Amino acid sequence: MSATAKSANIGQDAIVQKGWLKTHQWLLLRRVTQLSILGLFLLGPIAGVWLIKGNLSASLLFDTIPMADPFLVLQTLLSGHQPEMAAIIGALIIFAFYFVVGGRVFCSWVCPVNIVTDSAGWLRRRLGIRKSTQLSRSLRYWILAMCFATPLVTGYVVWELVNPVSMLHRGLLFGMGMGWTLILAVFLFDLFISRRGWCGHICPMGAFYSLVGKFSPIKVSASDRAQCNDCMDCYAVCPEPQVIRPALKGEASGVGPVIIASDCTNCGRCIDICAKDVFHYSTRFANKAEK
Amino acid sequence: MANRKADSRQQKVSRRQFLTDSGHAACSVGLLGLGLGMYGEQSKTHAALALRPPGALNENDFLGACVRCGLCVEDCPYDTLKLARLFEPVTTGTPYFDARKVPCEMCDDIPCVKACPTGALDPKLTNIDDARMGVAVLVDRETCLNMQGLRCDVCYRVCPLIEEAITLNLTQNTRTGVHAIFEPVVHSDICTGCGKCEHACVLEEAAIKVMPRELAKGELGKHYRWGWEEKEKAGEALVPDIIDLPDRMPGTQAESLNIAPAGGKP
Repeated sequence: MSATAKSANIGQDAIVQKGWLKTHQWLLLRRVTQLSILGLFLLGPIAGVWLIKGNLSASLLFDTIPMADPFLVLQTLLSGHQPEMAAIIGALIIFAFYFVVGGRVFCSWVCPVNIVTDSAGWLRRRLGIRKSTQLSRSLRYWILAMCFATPLVTGYVVWELVNPVSMLHRGLLFGMGMGWTLILAVFLFDLFISRRGWCGHICPMGAFYSLVGKFSPIKVSASDRAQCNDCMDCYAVCPEPQVIRPALKGEASGVGPVIIASDCTNCGRCIDICAKDVFHYSTRFANKAEK
Repeated sequence: MANRKADSRQQKVSRRQFLTDSGHAACSVGLLGLGLGMYGEQSKTHAALALRPPGALNENDFLGACVRCGLCVEDCPYDTLKLARLFEPVTTGTPYFDARKVPCEMCDDIPCVKACPTGALDPKLTNIDDARMGVAVLVDRETCLNMQGLRCDVCYRVCPLIEEAITLNLTQNTRTGVHAIFEPVVHSDICTGCGKCEHACVLEEAAIKVMPRELAKGELGKHYRWGWEEKEKAGEALVPDIIDLPDRMPGTQAESLNIAPAGGKP
């Protein structure tokens, strides 16, 4: 019971200090972005306003600009298919975008499954479920390797048979069918089996975009880390808590304040939740400047 | 939590630990891949009546090329195409149509092919008449009204390539003795598999159905030659003289035992 009460207290300091809105501003902005992107896609099928066609796997903006998921296009290449230019250009556009803004910005600002797993994470804290199967953080890279290896062997794209990310987005646009069972499975997995299990340990799309954003300039920085009062709230809300520590506690060992790890999704929850305003959006170059 | 702290403190992982962890991950992921591969092979043989859009590559190549984006579906003006959902008998997310529900209207500009960003629908298809989505087969001659001597003719009339893809073959109606049977005959070298005939068939369950070509078509042995065609090409019979064997007429058994020489009296 005390655990529940303690979990419910996460962010309480920040709300008192900064107000509810400022404690949730990036979260709200992310939700608005996620839903707006989904809404833009839905405008076509629902209202007949075709600003954008297709889905997150491949789309066409204003009937001219192609976009395509580089992760998926790479899999089709490995299956032995030479895609048309639209898919290649589209994949390069998306690759370039996430290369700049941060690879896993896809995960936290665009991916529809993020809302599902964030909800599971929130409920897990609320219900005080502490038991969690520990999965290796490198598991997703093994699965990523499998996603690239299987098309080489079979000649077709294997991961798309079960990829809940594309399935959810496609389902919302074209009809879900029984696809919701898979989404429910991801939700329950995150809720009862493994904390942040899907997005943080398994999803190969996240792993791929993590690699895309390996050198991206836009980063979160613990620039006011001297203010940190060790309340641990940032660790509690962070979907990839292992990325915080080196930056937040690295002063003594001469590590810069910028969260360099590409697993960071640039979601900004740490910025929201910190009562001391330790975190800010910044660039990776800010890290060098201070050294 | 404690584990993670421990991890970050002792940065060095022993070789034994590394190999064990790697082996563990590789094996589990390998098993997962094997399972997915098996599932994939299963779903590759999709329901016979699910047809791919015009210009679709052969099934294996198609499953490697299609990114399941639905652009073909959204550009189909007749809502013919659908994306398969989980547990449907077509590979999840890929486009297909059910001709009995909504057939392909064979648009001249083929918008679905134009929309495809990957070439899973082959952009080389520029004339819709060259599409080969499947081939219509008169699967049930016992219920087809025309085969009973009636003049239904609906499949023939709705065919966009009437008199080419489907013709009516006239034979005698042996039941009445005086009437004709107009048998609908599909010519697979012309039929695009659009499914208009299957859609229009007036029966409760269509007697004519569009099937994947590999399911519907027979194939000659590579070495087979039609004698009459070869004869025409050569300009003469390929076998110089027919070996004449004696005819066995009733009552002349004894004589026929004396084998006559080739070219002899019949």
